[in-house]
Amino acid sequence: MNTSRFRIILYTLAAIISLAGLADATYLTVQALTGETLVCGGSPDCFRVLGSSYARLAGIPMAAFGTLAYFGVFSFATFAAFGYTRARAFLTLTVGTMFLVTLWLLYVQTFILHAFCRYCLFSAALVFGLSGIVVLAPSSRRSP
Amino acid sequence: MKRYLPFVITAAVALATLVSGAMLYRAKRLPALTIPENSAAPGAGGAESGHVRGRSDAPVTIIEFGDFQCPPCANLSEPINQLERDYRSRLRVVFRHFPLGNHLHAREAALASEAADLQGRFWEMHDLLYREQSVWSKAQDVRVLFNAYAGMLGLNIDRFKKDIESEQAKARVESDEQKAVALGVRTTPTIFINNHAVPAALLNPPGLRGSIDAALRAPTPVSSTQ
Repeated sequence: MNTSRFRIILYTLAAIISLAGLADATYLTVQALTGETLVCGGSPDCFRVLGSSYARLAGIPMAAFGTLAYFGVFSFATFAAFGYTRARAFLTLTVGTMFLVTLWLLYVQTFILHAFCRYCLFSAALVFGLSGIVVLAPSSRRSP
Repeated sequence: MKRYLPFVITAAVALATLVSGAMLYRAKRLPALTIPENSAAPGAGGAESGHVRGRSDAPVTIIEFGDFQCPPCANLSEPINQLERDYRSRLRVVFRHFPLGNHLHAREAALASEAADLQGRFWEMHDLLYREQSVWSKAQDVRVLFNAYAGMLGLNIDRFKKDIESEQAKARVESDEQKAVALGVRTTPTIFINNHAVPAALLNPPGLRGSIDAALRAPTPVSSTQ
């Protein structure tokens, strides 16, 4: 398999993974906007995480930032798969930021809230997967 | 064509996300519940007396459908007590049971509060159950803890043990549940202020305070029954 083909496969995979993250983050954003995370109906752990002050930044649900980030990853991965070299740099930057934020959120869940939200863990797994792809993807010198 | 393909794909995904998000929002948005004016109707929210704190002529009445094992309910318990202290005679608080099926000990806790009520200590048990929620909600045998709480409140333990099994306590809890179902209550806490449900997004101390202030500013406060 040549490098170009390998790169296309990796970026396509990144785009597919980010779609799963986009669906997850959109769902959590809607939950936050409808106030569903503030009432009982789900698991107590879910409330402890999604109803906590850490689930919002300046009043905006963290999930909304996640939605934007996953959409950014999808867009950059798609453009990178089509050979846009600049998109790869943006993809690396976005995924790197998401990786750091994910580490922080996992720390909060583990050591501060002592509770885990399964949607957040799913998102963390996706971000780790995306990070692996970004690290594996070979660099490209071709520009469209 | 290939040049434009990534733009088309990205735009399509953006559109699909917005549309599906909007559809999900509409589906998940909790309905705006109200307690009918004619609350004497069977199954209506205010037909029979709930557990009431405050003056009957208070201009604002909060009716809470709560579950003692629900963490958001516990989080709101002390803020509601604070609101009572702040608004004094202008606020009346009514509590009704809505123990959720997915909370293992919620019904038992509701019965314990009713058993305490039979000795005139409902609100003390209400506050204690919420305060100690994280302890008893994980216990294997909650009865031991509830008996200990009854002792802490100075209740007659033998009577408490008998009352928690009584038909009277069960009937009271079931009556509240029926009222909740009749009103369309699905989650806890569901809070009505002057018979209008507070949106879930406002179920926090500032949100409740704002809703009470709005109710106080309303030109003709809706008379709210217990």
